Amino acid sequence: MALDQQQVRDIAELARLQLDDNQIAEYQKNLSSILDLVDQLSAVDTSSVEPMAHPLDAVQRLRADAVTEENQRDHFQQCAPQTENGYYLVPRVVE
Amino acid sequence: MEWEVVIGLEIHAQLATKSKIFSGASTQYGAEANTQACAVDLGLPGVLPVFNEEALRMAVKFGLAIDADIGKKSVFDRKNYFYPDLPKGYQTTQLHHPIVGMGHIDIELDDGSTKRINVTRAHLEEDAGKSVHEGFGSMSGIDLNRAGTPLVEIVSEPEMRSAKEAAAYFRKMHSIVTYLGICDGDLSQGSMRCDCNVSLRPKGQEEFGTRTEIKNVNSFRNVERAIESEIERQMDILEDGGSIVQETRLYDADKNETRSMRSKEVANDYRYFPCPDLLPVIIDDNYIEAVRETLPELPDDKRARFVKDHGLSVNDAAVLASDRELAHYFETVAHSANDYKLAANWVQGDVSAALNRLEISISELAVSAEQLGHILKLIKDNTLNTGGAREVFNALLEGKGDDTVASVDKLVDSLGLKQVSDTGAIEAIVEKVLADNPKLVEGYLNTPEDKRAKAIGPFIGLTRKAAAGVNPQVVMDVLKKKLSELG
Repeated sequence: MALDQQQVRDIAELARLQLDDNQIAEYQKNLSSILDLVDQLSAVDTSSVEPMAHPLDAVQRLRADAVTEENQRDHFQQCAPQTENGYYLVPRVVE
Repeated sequence: MEWEVVIGLEIHAQLATKSKIFSGASTQYGAEANTQACAVDLGLPGVLPVFNEEALRMAVKFGLAIDADIGKKSVFDRKNYFYPDLPKGYQTTQLHHPIVGMGHIDIELDDGSTKRINVTRAHLEEDAGKSVHEGFGSMSGIDLNRAGTPLVEIVSEPEMRSAKEAAAYFRKMHSIVTYLGICDGDLSQGSMRCDCNVSLRPKGQEEFGTRTEIKNVNSFRNVERAIESEIERQMDILEDGGSIVQETRLYDADKNETRSMRSKEVANDYRYFPCPDLLPVIIDDNYIEAVRETLPELPDDKRARFVKDHGLSVNDAAVLASDRELAHYFETVAHSANDYKLAANWVQGDVSAALNRLEISISELAVSAEQLGHILKLIKDNTLNTGGAREVFNALLEGKGDDTVASVDKLVDSLGLKQVSDTGAIEAIVEKVLADNPKLVEGYLNTPEDKRAKAIGPFIGLTRKAAAGVNPQVVMDVLKKKLSELG
């Protein structure tokens, strides 16, 4: 299945990737060939196979409901580009 | 044209766990920004989420309470989107295998009948952080304390047909989750939020009309008002021959209208896939039955019991059973006074009035259930009349006592409220009243037999004025006897 360029742009937008026109063409080709591979997989009869949620044949472990974390805000905020009064700052977002 | 309203609700309820759904950070409300956001909540590289067993237990408890199928195998998925309050770039949720499947609740309608509303599913997911747009100049501030707080999202079938039904459904869900103790139910802190899907269709048409979704409505009253204003808006458009745009809208309570949240040009595609960091959650029948053992009496059962076993009216029972704390208070009063009806009158009367006036919840009331129960006991054994009981109640409200039952007795003494029920003493007072008011007595004696019941009123007033705290029933008996002796 071939993707058109607009679909590639939409996917890039959803993934917040900035692509120039050369890259768009390249991604168009590569993503389309991945989809071809998916088409091949889809052709296999899987009607008797239970969908797999996880490759490991194991069950989720549970954690007791207890507060085990301490406040490490100063530590974490060292890698943030900008903070103020304990808040992480980001370019203004208003709905 | 006659239109039929179709409403479905998605309710997000924060689970009352101590720690987050996938990390050991605290979920306590009101902490300083980002002091409860750990490496897992921040989505830092290399962290691994571990599922909170209490969140699982609470979700199963909810499922059992609404008589739902419980997912013995549930799977977490990633819902991918970019927003600053979602640091991982995805929300961990459950898409195809939710923990709670199809269930149902019953809501009460105005005419006293009940209507069953089916619940499509309820799944576990994590809450996002909060964005603050004021006070940071050209920037927004992000507080991630809420990120990772466990939620159940409860999705109804589109079976509600009016704003009133939707509000009743939201109320009932609130009542159920607070009864279960799985959510604190504090709407003002966002512990429960509601998305309302609203559409109209010509009456008789099977196919649904185009719907809009009103996001994040956070009070019972606003659910009703938001839906009503949206119905009106859609009806205006349809009546004019227009068509509804499927979109997300916000309710502005000040203007009482919904407005469009500008939809982005590229339709969102959440690209769900199973979360590779979390394994399937498997539970068995033993687990489910063990949780079932912990279910408390639920509001519907409690209401039915109040009516059947204690003779309360359906309305009184519905109000008193609707809120867990209120129901507990009421039952404690009723037990202590050994009188459900008297307790119902007081809790719905003086207690409710005090709560409204002081704008407090029942847990903050200065009069404990044991104290009120004792006051009612004193009414029943004629130590207090209703007025006296009210005085004690108000004195306690004003902080004139302490929180002990003994404090009630002390106030009765210090305020001089003990009723005089001693017949001898009352006879003496009544005799004096009659002797002092010969004209009234003459008037009474000239009153025909069948009108005397009314004519006795002034004597009661005079007697009670002469000696405050006399038992009105004894006064009445003595008056009748004395007056009949006169003719």
